[in-house]
This record gives sequence, C-alpha cells and structure tokens, in this order.
Amino acid sequence: MSQPHLHSMESLYQEIILDHYREKHHSGLREPFEAQVHHVNPSCGDELTLRVLLDGDTVSDISYEGVGCSISQASTSVMSDLVIGRSIEDSMKLYDEFRELMDSRGLAEPDEDRFEDAIAFVGVAQFPARIKCALLAWAAMRDATSQAVAAREETP
Amino acid sequence: MTYDVEAIRRDFPIFERTVGEYPLVYLDSANTSQKPRQVVERMSAHYLQHNANVARAMHLLGAESTEAYEFARATVARFVGARSTREVVFTKNASEALNLAAHTLASRLEPGDEVVVSVMEHHSNIVPWQIACQRTGATLRWFDVTEDGHLDLEKAEREGLVNERTKVVSLTWVSNVLGTVNPIAEIAAQAHAVGALMVVDGAQGVPQRVTRVSDLGADLLVFTGHKLCGPTGIGVLWGRLDLLEELPPFMGGGEMIEIVHMEGSTYAPPPARFEAGTPPIAQAIGLAAAMDYVSAVGMDAVAAHERELTAHMLAQLDRVTGIRILGPRDADRGGAVAFTLDGVHPHDVMQMLDSRGVAVRGGHHCARPLHERFGVQSSTRASSYLYTTTAEVDALAEALDYTRDFFAGKFSSGGSRARRERRRQLAGEDIR
Repeated sequence: MSQPHLHSMESLYQEIILDHYREKHHSGLREPFEAQVHHVNPSCGDELTLRVLLDGDTVSDISYEGVGCSISQASTSVMSDLVIGRSIEDSMKLYDEFRELMDSRGLAEPDEDRFEDAIAFVGVAQFPARIKCALLAWAAMRDATSQAVAAREETP
Repeated sequence: MTYDVEAIRRDFPIFERTVGEYPLVYLDSANTSQKPRQVVERMSAHYLQHNANVARAMHLLGAESTEAYEFARATVARFVGARSTREVVFTKNASEALNLAAHTLASRLEPGDEVVVSVMEHHSNIVPWQIACQRTGATLRWFDVTEDGHLDLEKAEREGLVNERTKVVSLTWVSNVLGTVNPIAEIAAQAHAVGALMVVDGAQGVPQRVTRVSDLGADLLVFTGHKLCGPTGIGVLWGRLDLLEELPPFMGGGEMIEIVHMEGSTYAPPPARFEAGTPPIAQAIGLAAAMDYVSAVGMDAVAAHERELTAHMLAQLDRVTGIRILGPRDADRGGAVAFTLDGVHPHDVMQMLDSRGVAVRGGHHCARPLHERFGVQSSTRASSYLYTTTAEVDALAEALDYTRDFFAGKFSSGGSRARRERRRQLAGEDIR
C-alpha cells in the first residue's frame, strides 16, 4: 500500500506555508466592513471570523481573526493576499479554482502566476483530512462576499 | 506474576505494521482500542458458522445465534457486577446509551427540575441533556473544574449545585481529556440523598478499571465496546432493574413490544424494551470475546499497567520543552494525557507525529467546553492501553522534540530564509 505522506512533510509544510503561519498578512479585524462571517471546522475546532469590504466591483479589504492550525492560518493569509484588490467575479472564480486544486489529490500543476503563494497548498491536497483546513478561509471569503453583495442589492 | 506486555502484543497483528521506516506507535486508545485476534476470530466464527437473526428465528442457527447473543449479555453482566442479565441493554455505542438515558429520563422532568453534568464531559454527555432540558423546561447545570483538573466540589457545595430540585446527575467516571478519576460514589451519595438518579459515563473507565456498579453507586452506567478491545457498533447501558422497568421505551420497533394493536401497543420488559430492531449480534459476541480477553489478563493488572504507563508518560512529557499538560498529577489517573506544545497547533503536532509513526489525536476531543474552560482552543492527546509499552511513550517524547524544532524553524536553511525575504518584498509591492 502506498503511503506517500510519510515522505512529504516537507511538501505539506512548505516554507511558504510556514512563513505565512509565522507572519500572517492582513490579520486583525478592521473597520469599515460590509459583511462579517464566522466559520468553524467542527472536527478540529478551527474558528475564523472574517470581514469583507467592497469597493465597486472589487474586494477592497479582507480582515480576519482566527485560531487554527498552520494550514488554516497560512491559507487565510495567502487568500487575503490574493483576493484584496481583485474583482468580485474573479475572486469567486479563484475560489472555484482553489477548490479544484484541493480536490486534485496533489496531482494538479497549478499556474504560479495565477495562484502565487497558494501553489504551496498543492501538497495539502494529498492529505484528505487537512483539505478542510486549507478551505476554511476561502469558504468564509466566498460567504462574506456573497452576503456583502446581497446586502448591497437590498439597499440600493 | 509479571505483566508480559510483549505476549499481549503478539495477540494484536496490527502492531507488526510499520509506518514508513518507523514502527507503529499507537497512542490513540482513548479514541478506539486495537483488537486482539481472539475477538476478530470469534466474530468471524459467528458469521461463518452460526449466523442468523436472534429471538425471532426459531431454527437451529437462530437458536445458536440467540444463545450466543444472550451469553454475551451474561458476560457483560458479570464484567460490571450486575445483579441480573436483564440489567444489560445493548446499544450501538455509548452515545446512543446516553441518549437512551436522557430521552427516557426526560419523561420524568418538568420545569423547575434540574439536571447536573460537568464542564469536563464529552459532548455525548452534554448535548442529550441539553435536548432533554429544552424539551421539558428543566434546567441544565454543571460542575466546574479546578485549575488542576478536578471537579470543583467546594464551588458546587457553595452554589448548592445538587439540591432538592436535582433529578439527574450525569458524570464521567474518568475524563477522556484530563484523565481525572471522579469521586463517583461520593457524588452518587449526594444525588441519592436528594432523590436524584446517578448516571455514569464509563466510556474511559470501564475498559481500564475493575467495574462494580454497586461500588460506583450508579443507577445507570454507559460504555462502549470499541474502547475495550471490542468491535465498533456495540455499546452498553446498564441500569438498575427496578429503574429500567419504570422507564418508557426509547425507539419503537420489532422485539421491543408485547402486543401491537393499531390503536396502541404494550411494551416488552427490559432489556428487550430498549432493543428495537435487529441488534448488533456479532458485535455483542465480539464484545464478550473482548471482555474474556481483558479478564484473562486481569482487570487489576490492566489498571496497574495503565497507572505505570501514565506515570511514565507524565514524566517523559515533563522533559519536553514547551509542553503544558492539562489535568491532574494524581497517582490514580486515567491514561489519557492531553497537552499543548508552545507555538505548534495540535493538528500540526498530530501530523508531524503521524509522519514518524506515532498516532495521537489532535483537536478538542469532543470536549470543547472543557478546552474553553482551560483557555485553549484544542490539545494533543496521547492515550495508552494494556498493550502500550514504555518504549512507545519514549518515541512520543522524541517525536515531540522533533516537531517543536521543525516548527520553530530550527531546520530551515539559509536559502529558504533568502526566499522568505524576497517574498516579503513581493508582498510589500502592489503586484496587481
């Protein structure tokens, strides 16, 4: 039986991930914001509060506070780097692409220009139990952004 | 007679496995225990030679199957010191047994009544009581714990926690996180003095200790088979027979009835009243085999081995820099040892240990309120059983040293530091 994970601690915990874990970008809850969500990972207890601010068609700020493992914390940092300043539409698209990457069992070869630091998470896709750690922030971003868009449509 | 852990390990083929270049070090027995071949063989003999449904099948195989199932009930009754086999109800796990207890006892609850649990309970001994209280208007209260992880009995006394409104006290015998052994008999006496019933969660206690329900002072006791060298899918509710006879059914279905009319039904006496549908037959037989197995080792010897291993584990973990152990330092302490490691999340600890063959659990161990009480989000838990060796505990301590150094960046090279600098610069620029 193959046990690929045994030799891939370095591929799971890539320097990029550990860097973001040790020094999170954009962390802390900021004002102003248009939507706030609280997402949890019930099996391990990771928790994330995340705020989104929109400016026209762009996600202009993401701020957050959370507790969790290195994968979930680093993923939040990397996601906020990628999404802040990006159009809402492309952010949602990037969410789908990141999800696909996580479902790839580590076989995908992500485009570094598109994914930037998020390419480091391709190693996580080999560890089914950890995929939800990497997805927590992305799911929270998607939820908060959708809520902010919906709220804006209600109060024109 | 000396305790021959190597002889015991030979009964567990899984210990021949390796994890990459490392031998398997299984320190997750509080989660589920490994199974000796004697258990698996008895279950497979049942399936391959005697399989039939119980009670309702009248043919030869049905009679054999029924006999084996009822023999398993008698084995369980002996194992916990029950007065009668009718006091033993088979469920699918301890959670179902606790839900059975909470659901049926709720028939006696009304607004103004109180149910008492503790902050150190497994979610399965909290949530069913929350549901029962919501349904009936009763109030849920709980014991706090002291900083060193004991039930705070003084605070409970000051607050009058157990009082004339208390109808049920439901506590764990041994904590699945802290390892604390609770003074069940003492609290049962308090509960009985005010007319309340004592429910005991024995999920961690029964597999490791000599169990006598009368010594515990329990009215109901629950535990599960899979933490006791038995299969999954089998749990036990033991109850005082006069109490079980008064309780209403939990689930309706086959075999739990006496007479069914379309207008209404009458119910079978316990234990059948609480065993609707085809029960976990092979699992009950497997549980009896497991009880035979641990009884042959001797539950006194199993308990002594747990005390010895736990003392060694606490001493070894104390030597690891950055470890904080949750729970007491009592000599009489359960084998679950939960801890935090500075700067490394339990999920990451678990992952690194796994890569070195050491299986532990990281998370809140279904005890989130307890972790909140201690101001930690989650913890790593190592737990032993009758087959655990001191060498395995030593391997845990070594792997923890490695893990801490890995995340502290001790192993990162100069090259990666340069890359990190470059990335910081990139992060500073607006690259879009």
